[in-house]
Amino acid sequence: MQFVRKQHSSLSETDDRALASVFAAYTVTATLWLLFATGVGLLMAFKFGAPEFGGGAWLTFGRLRPIHTNATFYGFASIALVGLGYYVAARSSGTRLYSPKLAWIGLVLFNLAAAAGTIALDLGYNDGDLEYREWPWPIRLIFLAALMITAWNLIGTVARRTSGDIYLSNWYIIGGTLWTCIIAVVAVLPWYQYGLGQVAVSGFYMHNAVGMWFTPLVLGTFYYALPKLLSRPIYSYALGVFAFWTNLLFYPIIGAHHFEFSPLPWWLQTTAIVFSVAMLVPVWGGSSNFLLTMRGRTRDMVHSYPLMFIFVAVIGYLLGSTQGTLEAFRSLQEVWHLTNFTVGHSHLTMYGFVAFAVWGGLYALLPLATGRQASTLGLALHFWMALVGSFIYVISLSIGGTIQGLDWIHGLPFIQSVIDMQSYYVWRGVGGSLMFLSHLVFAWNVWCMCYGAAVRQSPLASRRAEEAVA
Amino acid sequence: MNKLVLIVGGSTLVYACLALMMGVLPGIELSRVAAGPGVQPLTALQDEGRAVYVANGCGYCHTQQVRPLGQDKVFGRPSIAGDFKYQTPELLGSERTGPDLTNIGVRQPSEVWQYIHLYNPRAVVPESIMPSFNWLFDVVGQAPAGMTPVPLPKAYAPAQGVVVPTHKAEALIAYLASLKQQPLPAAEMAGDESAMASPPAATSTPEAAAGGYDAAKGGALFTANCSACHQASGEGLPGAFPPLKGNDVVNAADAAKHMQVVLQGLHGNKVGGVIYGSAMPPFAGTLSDTEIADIIDYERSSWGNHGQPVTPAQVAAERAKTK
Repeated sequence: MQFVRKQHSSLSETDDRALASVFAAYTVTATLWLLFATGVGLLMAFKFGAPEFGGGAWLTFGRLRPIHTNATFYGFASIALVGLGYYVAARSSGTRLYSPKLAWIGLVLFNLAAAAGTIALDLGYNDGDLEYREWPWPIRLIFLAALMITAWNLIGTVARRTSGDIYLSNWYIIGGTLWTCIIAVVAVLPWYQYGLGQVAVSGFYMHNAVGMWFTPLVLGTFYYALPKLLSRPIYSYALGVFAFWTNLLFYPIIGAHHFEFSPLPWWLQTTAIVFSVAMLVPVWGGSSNFLLTMRGRTRDMVHSYPLMFIFVAVIGYLLGSTQGTLEAFRSLQEVWHLTNFTVGHSHLTMYGFVAFAVWGGLYALLPLATGRQASTLGLALHFWMALVGSFIYVISLSIGGTIQGLDWIHGLPFIQSVIDMQSYYVWRGVGGSLMFLSHLVFAWNVWCMCYGAAVRQSPLASRRAEEAVA
Repeated sequence: MNKLVLIVGGSTLVYACLALMMGVLPGIELSRVAAGPGVQPLTALQDEGRAVYVANGCGYCHTQQVRPLGQDKVFGRPSIAGDFKYQTPELLGSERTGPDLTNIGVRQPSEVWQYIHLYNPRAVVPESIMPSFNWLFDVVGQAPAGMTPVPLPKAYAPAQGVVVPTHKAEALIAYLASLKQQPLPAAEMAGDESAMASPPAATSTPEAAAGGYDAAKGGALFTANCSACHQASGEGLPGAFPPLKGNDVVNAADAAKHMQVVLQGLHGNKVGGVIYGSAMPPFAGTLSDTEIADIIDYERSSWGNHGQPVTPAQVAAERAKTK
């Protein structure tokens, strides 16, 4: 880790503390959002088996569904990844945070947006059932403000780097934040999207909000955390750069594959399918880069839960994205589109990839910042319950969704597809319960890493001392 | 600093161009699509109902897009661009936990059914997992003048008083009733037909009807098209939907009337001295002669009924009469 080693001398302990408390605060609020969002998710899972469970307007399924997705996206994943992004940007640039104050303002705005959005949706203020942009537009502007502050702060931090090069992590983290500002603007401006035009924008938005925001931030975290955990450089820096540019070029074009067989122009759908295949290039390039970095270190992996989390996340990235490519083919969309298979896919990617990556990143890096550790038992419990739970979840919905699609193709009465899904809905609830339990353990682990007994006074300071001696 | 500008600025510029190309420009272009033939803006009440639909996230389980695929034929003709002229926000949806609603105003025209179903879906469809929207209704001692209470089955009705819809429920049902596909000019329909994969209807072979009728097929068609109102038991719902069990028309030797009702639908019918206000949709446009014959024969031989069976040829003859 040449790039880290050189510059520490310019940093004071106050700067370390400021960075650590920003990182911890983002993590803590993200954890609360995770508990809330997945608690809501679990309640919804029960409703598939017992539709009268949790009656009334405030708990009706159609209001909880966007609350679950938006709280997961913009509460949990976004806030957690921005916290990680600040830490990675500052440390990999060997400098302090450009402005801790801006980071705190951003945190307040992110949380304000998520809280206001949740309340608005529960009161029935939904901006049109348009996936992931359901919050009323003024609330989405708050989120946009938080994003822009974050981008500014990240750029300022990296601009102060002590080395000439910009480490690859920062390409992804800053890029992802700026691109998402553009996505948010495209989505919020109302003047050009009516009727079918809005369908085109929805296709673009719902895919980009996921793949040009969470994916780059996660990949940026990988590129920093993996070398850190393994004490070896990334397998190929050039491959990482190649994946960066190909991802940027291909990903924005594939959104229309969410509306195959719809009245959107056929060429738009076909273009989306072609580039869905092209996405295999950055996905396989990126994943093999991570896997080759880990190669030959299986023994370390077994002893390090942070590595195990990241390993699962890399596999989740590889599988989930490859599955996405396959799903885009018309012949398979014919069976799977509009079924629960899609719900399985979105959890394989948002959970198996993004959530596991967030956890791996936090378990790897947060203790370095705070000097406090979570227990191995806590990490193990979290890991295994989350892994087994998500396995059950994804597999049951993949099988059930396929049956649902085939029922329709066979021309059975529609209600038969509802009846056939019932046992798979139950299994989804079982998987979901395990996942939720694992999040309770995660919350405990976060508590330990932020407020538990300190292992060392200031890990960074002591490491600097070691390095100075060396 | 230069490197930072190059990487961050360059990639952002590339992304902005792609966002423009794949998001904004298609958005602008497709917003200009003209309304299809007969496509009208909603009335004020229907528009209010659409807002209720959006606020309560109906769009997360119900799509409003019919694909040019065989399995979507039950929901109507394939959607075309002009159908969406007045649909902002768009409600195409991404999941079919429940059925597609593009053409629900035609497929289920009975307001009474919609009200019962909205109050508690299981009152009419026992296997349904849709939430109850009973909070869109009021329970009152007596229905206000000019308002008919929702005729709920006893098991689902409140112990005291009668159930009447709130304004929001009325708006929502008005919106659902407005969801009717406009027929397409013949030329466009021909193009759509060729794009269709083999529809399920093609599997009903003429031989099946030779030795009587295809009971399994008839039962499945009944479940898909009729049982939501007439119920799997054939007993209907008292005060809302007439029974088929022991029904005179169903048991009459001359099946002409029975066939006419299925082909053309019915409104304001009197069965066993009771008048049923809810409308039954016509099936002439959606079901083939063989399918209608299967349904009729299923009804005529189930629940202790013993009406004379009909053949697809007879249905075709009845169909020709009204043309």
